[in-house]
Amino acid sequence: MTRLRVLPAALAATFVAGAALANQIGDAEAGAKVFSQCTGCHEIGKGAEDRIGPHLNGIFGRKAAAHQGYAYSKSMTRAGNDGLIWTAETLDAYFENPRALVSKTRMSFRGVKKAKDRADLLAYLRGFSDNPSDLPEAEPTARVTDHDLDPAILALEGDPEYGEYLSNECLTCHQSDGSAEGIPSITNWPTDDFVVAMHAYKRKLRPHPVMQMMAGRLNDEEIAALAAYFKDIE
Amino acid sequence: MTLNRRIFLGTGVAAAATLNAPALLADGHGKPRVVVIGGGAGGATAARYIAKDSKGEVDVTLIEPSRTYFTCFFSNLYLGGFREIDDLGHNYGTLAAKYGINVVHDWAVDVDRDSKMVSLAGGSKLPYDKLILSPGIDFVEGAIEGWSLSSQNAMPHAYKGGSQTELLKAQVAAMPEGGTFAMVAPPNPYRCPPGPYERISMIAHTLKASNPTAKIIVADPKSKFSKMALFQEGWSNHYEGMIDWIGEDFGGGEVSVDPAAMTVTIDGEVTNVDACNVIPAMKAGRIAEMAGVTDGNWAPVNAADMSSKADPDVYVLGDASQQGDMPKSGFSANSQAKVCANAVRGALTGSKVFPAKFSNTCWSLIDTNDGVKVGATYEATEEKIAKVDGFISATGEHSDVRKATFEESEGWYAGITADMFS
Repeated sequence: MTRLRVLPAALAATFVAGAALANQIGDAEAGAKVFSQCTGCHEIGKGAEDRIGPHLNGIFGRKAAAHQGYAYSKSMTRAGNDGLIWTAETLDAYFENPRALVSKTRMSFRGVKKAKDRADLLAYLRGFSDNPSDLPEAEPTARVTDHDLDPAILALEGDPEYGEYLSNECLTCHQSDGSAEGIPSITNWPTDDFVVAMHAYKRKLRPHPVMQMMAGRLNDEEIAALAAYFKDIE
Repeated sequence: MTLNRRIFLGTGVAAAATLNAPALLADGHGKPRVVVIGGGAGGATAARYIAKDSKGEVDVTLIEPSRTYFTCFFSNLYLGGFREIDDLGHNYGTLAAKYGINVVHDWAVDVDRDSKMVSLAGGSKLPYDKLILSPGIDFVEGAIEGWSLSSQNAMPHAYKGGSQTELLKAQVAAMPEGGTFAMVAPPNPYRCPPGPYERISMIAHTLKASNPTAKIIVADPKSKFSKMALFQEGWSNHYEGMIDWIGEDFGGGEVSVDPAAMTVTIDGEVTNVDACNVIPAMKAGRIAEMAGVTDGNWAPVNAADMSSKADPDVYVLGDASQQGDMPKSGFSANSQAKVCANAVRGALTGSKVFPAKFSNTCWSLIDTNDGVKVGATYEATEEKIAKVDGFISATGEHSDVRKATFEESEGWYAGITADMFS
């Protein structure tokens, strides 16, 4: 994925480099077991239909919210319009923490925490996408890196006073009372979700040029400060 | 109106000093006093943030002639029929009631920087410890041959929100079938770089529905303009054959107008027009000049806190300031106001002052659900506000993306007006 190659080294280094998992394909058979967490809402394979969630055939390489006939949430539709494409990398981020990637997704699922489980799940899902012959390295099914945020970044205690000052810049568009008209609400988020989401913009995993730009120049402390401030805003 | 301070002190006045010393309070009066002139995106935001964050420690007075403030941003959407004029009107009730800001509806007519006193048209005088000027723009006299402010009814500028915008819309609506609309576009630098071209798009949108054989001529002294490729693509997609943009290379800068005869002469060729929008060259709002903080057309400021290079106790925000790389926009003014508010509050109360961060995004609407945007982030350097990073919409984007961009702009309007007035 070329966009990752252009990331400054220092930035990339703030993410744990998924060590053994990088560039490795998970175990599809184990992934089928992980998928059992998903079958309440999603079907996959021959004859799969949309249920509570859309069926997942051909998900790789598809724009978010682009599957015809399924009524997606506004948030997912917005993510698609902003340019979110489902690749091994974006799906991995979504599986890890759905709300961190798509704020108000209707997928009420806390996420798959273990990187290996996600790798296995991706391997399983990949078997139902159009071009399995592309595997393992080519877009969109290639796994470049695991991107768990460094726990040290999540553990940073943000300074709410600094966060309040920095928030001034957010409040030109986002509203402090939490209203969301065309631009999502950013108030009262759990700090971890906020931090993960901002780092996902910073790393250009979450699409959206304004947010990528704004997050791009915030350092770890500044993101933590913002998370601390917005968490408790009235 | 006398100009009692015309001496320009030049660059290098100590901005740092204003940041460090919580001096100058309490000499004969209680709270430190901030006077803000101009209640737009810069002034209203600065007044609101200083009052809100100082929690009563600073006495804030906001001077703004209009009781209802009509935003200039989004006024093109009114011209296109996407907004009602009342949607663009805001008042200062909340700023007074919720934050205790003294809102004075009057004109500031003089600033005496020696005695730190602002004079109002109504006769009263207001002392200040810190003065924030956010007067927006005025027009350079004689910039367009044949046009002066007294011609603004025949040929509106519509470059300040409110009645001028309404007048222009009425004149477009009254154009005869197949008539001609002309715009005289301004030279750089001016308020809202994509504004004239969004306006052309919105007027084309209106005419396409009501008067599809009408023509639009733009005489432009520039050879290129903001989001040019995006607008030209949009004009060709939506308004094929309707818009004739005459840039510098084709004599677009050689313009005179005759408001009585309703003619526009471009590079020697006289055209009869049915409606004409003249947007002259701009300069800082007059009070900045009266305060003696301008150098040429604009007021130079220090990037770290928006303080005037002529006076560390005077700050200039938004369109009137000469700060470096930021475009003159409501978004920029709002961004600068928050940096300034933080610095002013720090200087007056000793509160913590954080380093400046600035940003701007300008959205433009080309046709229904066809929105585009350009934006950047900025930082303060010794020399100026300098661009850090930026982006612009791409040509050929999917209609879903353009629709999402427009919806985002609506969200921004709600956000920035809440940040100014709520």
